[in-house]
Amino acid sequence: MREIMIVTRENLINLILASLLLAVPFAADAFGQPFYITLATRIAILALAATGLNLALGLGGLVSFGHAAFFGIGGYVAGILAAHAFSGDPLVFGLPGSKQMWVIWIVALILSGLVGLAIGAISLRTSGVYFIMITLAFAQMVYYFAISWPAYGGEDGLSILVRNQFPGVNTMRPLTFFLICYVILLLALALFALIRASRFGTALQAARQNEVRVATVGIQPYRIRLTGFAISAAVTGLAGALFADLNRFVSPSMLSWHMSGELIVLIILGGTGRLFGPLAGAALYVIFEYALGGLTERWQFFLGLILLVVVLFARGGLLGLLAGKARHG
Amino acid sequence: MLLDVTRIEAFYGASQALFGVDLAVAEGEAVALMGRNGMGKTTTIRAICNLNPPRAGGVKIGGTDTKGKRPHHVAKLGIGLVPEGRRCFPNLTVHENLVAAARPGQWTLERVNELFPRLSERHAQMARSLSGGEQQMLAIGRALMTNPRLLILDEATEGLAPVIRQDIWKAIRRLKAEGLSILVVDKTLSELLPVADRCVILENGRSAWSGRPTDLTTELQDRYLGV
Repeated sequence: MREIMIVTRENLINLILASLLLAVPFAADAFGQPFYITLATRIAILALAATGLNLALGLGGLVSFGHAAFFGIGGYVAGILAAHAFSGDPLVFGLPGSKQMWVIWIVALILSGLVGLAIGAISLRTSGVYFIMITLAFAQMVYYFAISWPAYGGEDGLSILVRNQFPGVNTMRPLTFFLICYVILLLALALFALIRASRFGTALQAARQNEVRVATVGIQPYRIRLTGFAISAAVTGLAGALFADLNRFVSPSMLSWHMSGELIVLIILGGTGRLFGPLAGAALYVIFEYALGGLTERWQFFLGLILLVVVLFARGGLLGLLAGKARHG
Repeated sequence: MLLDVTRIEAFYGASQALFGVDLAVAEGEAVALMGRNGMGKTTTIRAICNLNPPRAGGVKIGGTDTKGKRPHHVAKLGIGLVPEGRRCFPNLTVHENLVAAARPGQWTLERVNELFPRLSERHAQMARSLSGGEQQMLAIGRALMTNPRLLILDEATEGLAPVIRQDIWKAIRRLKAEGLSILVVDKTLSELLPVADRCVILENGRSAWSGRPTDLTTELQDRYLGV
């Protein structure tokens, strides 16, 4: 906890990033430009998804190429629960669907966490390239399952007719929905900081640095990593549920390997293992997508160039460039 | 016996490194594991910790057979390993290195800091920025924080400045006086022998001699330990 409190350059930059993300939608609202609120909401949700991945990748060194599975599962939880609430058909065991966001969030957290536990239980028996490939394989399984499941839209996806509700507020108002996502992002960042400073987080980082050394002090690396992976999956799943509500649409594209790659790119752009790395990365990514996407359809070519420059010359990502080397390298 | 190693054989791939090592450490005893380079000291320690499990023979810790147990289980049986080469977690702070593996017992952060005051001065520093001697103190401190029944030190003071060596030996003597069981490997006989209750010498992967330090004559030293 100690280092969280100290005013360092990194904390200052984090504060600026958080304030900017909060300020933009208010300004956009004042000037009647709701599009920019949606853009900021997208940044917040992608940052949340990447914060989940950052737990596994940044702290645990687990290069999961399958986090789209959890993102998509969260999305489908929102879509499916809303669809059943709308049609009135019971879901399973006679349970109804729900239009309440908090119900959807809890289900998304639990379900993606459990799937993360199952995928992690098998994948974490491997390491290195095999781990990357096996997480990818699991995500592709979920992807093809979604495509071939006609009850919930198959390849066409599933629309959410009216954005799900949250007690006491009007979620259809872009600024309100942004604030919901923003608060959840801040909570997830607080969770990340707490975990990083905890004994569990320390052991997770130690296991990344040297598995054998961790075992000789009596810590089972597998169990620590599995716990980290499941928490990571749950957070990314929650982001998926919000993403579905943002677009009012879920499709298998949320589950595709492009999405997994995008989350890894966000983290590398922002700074791996840094608290605000995912937010910095998501902001850069969405801004590039918007600015370059307006100029050319092949904006991802330029994103590739930028990524190349980051990997070659600024390995700490945007935060590494602005705030110096990570304390936890 | 706290540690009972009987006729273990260990391999690196196809090549055999240990051909039958016997070793025992009683509660509260300090045993020096000796031998020239390449005779199997580190391999024996790795076999005890199941990092390189023996293919024949047996290891018992506090009466429990370690056969088939994973390294973290062996550690939990009460083995605190200070590996060769002062291996800390370089990208964690001193404090984090110590608390990461802590298990409840008489060794607490306060006591480790009191044993090695230099560590408490550097508690927020990254382990990679410590000097070699400080890293060794940290490695010992980390092992103590797991509250082991047996502390194993592989090359306790190798490559350290003489002043630092004195600090490390002082700490080892204190740990012994407090009744901790210790298995120690080191080349400085002048420091090692006064600490040890018993010596075990390995030659070519076998236990070649075992006895009290006072019985380790110059002749034996020349025969087994001379270069």
